[in-house]
Amino acid sequence: MSAASAIYFVEGVLLVAIQEDISDTDILDLQEALAERIVRDSARAVVMDINALEIVDTFVGRILAQLASVSKLLDAQTYVVGMRPAVAMTLVELGMDLPESKTALSLSHALQDLRGKPLA
Amino acid sequence: MSETETSTVLSILRERFDAILDGWISTQSDEGVQRTDLFSHKEGREQTSSLLRAMITGIAEGDTGSRFDLSSEPWTELRTVLVDVTQERSARGVSPSDMASFVLALKGPIFFQLQELLADQAGELVEEIFFISRVIDAFAVYCTEVFIAERDRIIEQQRDQMQELSTPVVELWDKVLTLPLIGTMDSARAQEVMENLLETILQRQSEVVIVDLTGVQTVDTQVAQHMLRMASAVRLMGAECIISGISPTIAQTMVQLGVDVGEVTTRSTIRTGLADALNRVGYEIVHKAKQ
Repeated sequence: MSAASAIYFVEGVLLVAIQEDISDTDILDLQEALAERIVRDSARAVVMDINALEIVDTFVGRILAQLASVSKLLDAQTYVVGMRPAVAMTLVELGMDLPESKTALSLSHALQDLRGKPLA
Repeated sequence: MSETETSTVLSILRERFDAILDGWISTQSDEGVQRTDLFSHKEGREQTSSLLRAMITGIAEGDTGSRFDLSSEPWTELRTVLVDVTQERSARGVSPSDMASFVLALKGPIFFQLQELLADQAGELVEEIFFISRVIDAFAVYCTEVFIAERDRIIEQQRDQMQELSTPVVELWDKVLTLPLIGTMDSARAQEVMENLLETILQRQSEVVIVDLTGVQTVDTQVAQHMLRMASAVRLMGAECIISGISPTIAQTMVQLGVDVGEVTTRSTIRTGLADALNRVGYEIVHKAKQ
């Protein structure tokens, strides 16, 4: 695992923070590490915070979609949170609207949703 | 003073200023471009004579021969006067062709004067006519340019105003935004609207967005495409999108076009859309009497 991303295990949920300068190899490493962790911790969900991500290309978009699909196979719901407007527009332009993952405005919105309560 | 190919014209303009001015004005009136309906005789005469004076300065100091260049330094005064007169006239509704004819009407009186003076020197007469004609043509072209620049400016200004008007994102309630779309949607506008909407979602941390189509006249495949993209982007940001104001006609058109809205929620009126949105963020509208 590189420093470009970090995985935390909280309340049965894996929290993934992606750094701004994540490289293609880093993100591939992340994909592998995350799959391992989901099984090891029997996580029920994965919350990926991509707020730091300013630029996406088809590669990153595809990996994000794959991460969600892999998680789904391992019985964990993926949440993508904190997406920037420019990133959202780019992903839509590229036709990658991450159908497998849920989305939320922020980490806390995703956690609230996971706890099954509306945000106060 | 530089050497000039139009020295006779210069002396004519200086010595017979009033005759040329009168000739110019009467040609304008003969050709019906004097527009006394828009300008008084006095104003017309003032404009014409200030043009003529600026022209004398230009010819005296500038180059009117093969190196004639209207954008050069000696012609500054003339350009300023031309811009003023053109703007003044265009503001009052004079057409570009009338403006050009107004300037070109100067040729007649100058040519007649030249003919009188140089009657027996055919070579020089042709040369003077050729050069001065080119100069006056350049004035007319310049006027047209000013006209177009003015129109472009107005168009630009109106487009900006339209852009501003057309992309209001309104916060209806905590976490509920609405985007009333009006008029036609082209790619540029759709992009602008989307950017605006996503930024507002980020700022206000809104959870539900109502995109209202009540003010949209027609929906074609392009508009539908833009709406669906907007809905996808809103979802990616982590908010939900409700499309409201779909009229019966629009619904039928969309089905005929084969537009699949997928998982996007649609509502017929903004009223039902709002009720739904409030419900999603945990509010309910209750009538006081029935409480």
